[in-house]
Amino acid sequence: MTTGPVAAAPPARRRDGVADRHGTGVGLPVWMWVPAGLGFLVIALPVAGLLWEADWAETPALLTSDAALSALRLSLLTAAISTALCLLLGGPLAVVLARGRIDRLPRLMRALRSVVLLPLVLPPVVGGLSLLFLLGANGLVGQGLDTAFGIFVPFTTAAVVLAQTFVAMPFLIVSLEGALRTAGERYEATAATLGASPGLAFRRVTVPLVLPGLASGLVLAFARCMGEFGATIAFAGSLEGTTRTLPLLVYLQGETDVAGAVALSLLLVVVSLVVIVVGRPRGLDGRG
Amino acid sequence: MSAPSGVELAARLERDGFALELELTVAAGEVVAVLGPNGAGKSTLLGILSGLLRPDSGLLRVDGRTLLDTADGTFVPPHRRGVGLLAQEALLFPHLSALANVAFGPRAQGTPRAAAEERARGLLADVGVGELAARRPAQLSGGQQQRVALARALAPRPGLLLLDEPLAALDVDATPAMRTLLRRVIADGKQTALLVTHDALDALVLADRVVVLDRGRVVEHGPAREVLARPRSPFSARIAGLDLVPGTADAGGVRTADGTEIHGRSVEVVAGEPAVAVFPPSAVAVHARRPGGSPRNVFPVRVAALEPRGDAVRLRAAPAAGGPDWVSGLAADVTPAAVAELGVEPGHEVWFAVKATEVAVHGRHA
Repeated sequence: MTTGPVAAAPPARRRDGVADRHGTGVGLPVWMWVPAGLGFLVIALPVAGLLWEADWAETPALLTSDAALSALRLSLLTAAISTALCLLLGGPLAVVLARGRIDRLPRLMRALRSVVLLPLVLPPVVGGLSLLFLLGANGLVGQGLDTAFGIFVPFTTAAVVLAQTFVAMPFLIVSLEGALRTAGERYEATAATLGASPGLAFRRVTVPLVLPGLASGLVLAFARCMGEFGATIAFAGSLEGTTRTLPLLVYLQGETDVAGAVALSLLLVVVSLVVIVVGRPRGLDGRG
Repeated sequence: MSAPSGVELAARLERDGFALELELTVAAGEVVAVLGPNGAGKSTLLGILSGLLRPDSGLLRVDGRTLLDTADGTFVPPHRRGVGLLAQEALLFPHLSALANVAFGPRAQGTPRAAAEERARGLLADVGVGELAARRPAQLSGGQQQRVALARALAPRPGLLLLDEPLAALDVDATPAMRTLLRRVIADGKQTALLVTHDALDALVLADRVVVLDRGRVVEHGPAREVLARPRSPFSARIAGLDLVPGTADAGGVRTADGTEIHGRSVEVVAGEPAVAVFPPSAVAVHARRPGGSPRNVFPVRVAALEPRGDAVRLRAAPAAGGPDWVSGLAADVTPAAVAELGVEPGHEVWFAVKATEVAVHGRHA
């Protein structure tokens, strides 16, 4: 689970174009195609069903309704801010996890990593509740914020951003930390023997080396933010224009207006496809 | 010991049951080769010199500057040491062109871009890859990458250059040319350097002195030719034990000081330069009388000693009466049957014969 679907790729771009047409498929028993095919159907069929179900004539109207546009705008805005937060906070955290040494406490580093990866396995709704307990009216921090500054976070757009950041940051960290470990410290050691200070080596050597891993981490984090549901609804609620993001709207419409829910779902499928095709997260395209 | 320039090191380090304790000096402009079996402490030594490892106690001075002194807590970090490294793998920065790789060091030291690139261009031309300046590392062969890495290591003008098995990862075809290049740039160029290697030939061609490490200690040291021709520790005897005849290169091989011609195959050596003829003791045939026939290298010796060596017997040579004195110490490995047949005993005079095809002629550091 710690490397999950986002294992980092080494920067081996030069082999891309060379497809091996003469390989004989060693290590692939024939029967493996059967469960593999079933696995593919489990993923592909529901999406195909969605396309089948869609009322294509009505779709444009459903998508340009005020509620839909407002939810899309809110989703894009909060996902963008959350992704930026993931980069600003999760980026340095990944570097510390990959490179940092606490001489006498190697176990502390391992414990820190386990905590950081918790949101990957925790049900998002539990994450949302935890945030609520922390920042709610009677929460540990929330109470203080309220009395001292009059700030109340839950059920605001800021709460949406916080929920998304909580859930998505591990994706960026795992991807970036993997890239850092793959790149290794040898290039940095080489830079040091050439007279580069740690800061200079980081800027001119480390960052360019892990750029592909960083980009795929950002894409994954953004996608996770766009799809975030459980933590958002627990911590931020579902207030139109303020906290009702696309996934929340889909769920709400699913109860009353199935055609509208399907149309909005198609929109999310399109956004996801754009993320996968354009963003090409490494590890998702088979080269990882 | 207290030379004003060059390298002085004394260090002790213990970890995971391994202990390193050694003293080492490298004079300015000198090349010292460090030989030793795996686990002898060669990498640890390089780590201490480059600053990537901190010894338990020790002192390191390069050109009079104290880089490490555990007595007063001095520790200069790697990037301020002026200690360069050329490793087994080139480790060129993959996102930078060859030129930008070489200019990296001068740029890091604050040299303006134009001046840094000019120096990089000059160095790339020096190492014979001037026309590849714009290429990325992925577009270069292993040998070319290692040449660029050498230029990059030299670019910041290191006070000490560490060479960590710089030829070990190269193709067999690329090795002789790279070795010759290293000799020209490092040994002839008076670059103070420490060379870690497994290959006796590298030490012979590149180094002034050899230090043999075993289990973290110096077990043998001395001029390169002496240690390699007359190894005293079991390790150097195993990797070295080559027959070496120094002289001057000419068209057909090497001419010794007394005018004897040793015929051999030249390996990138220029006539008139100092050279050494190298052949394995197993290539030496021993005859009771001067053999006739095909042109080969034949010289009279007196048998100094017989040493059993596995399933062979090693004959050690001393000068014969009226014969050349450079044969002293040469070895010949023959079968016990041949020893019995020849009836050789210490003090006997015999003839050593070596085919020209078995003799490699290498340029040597004068």
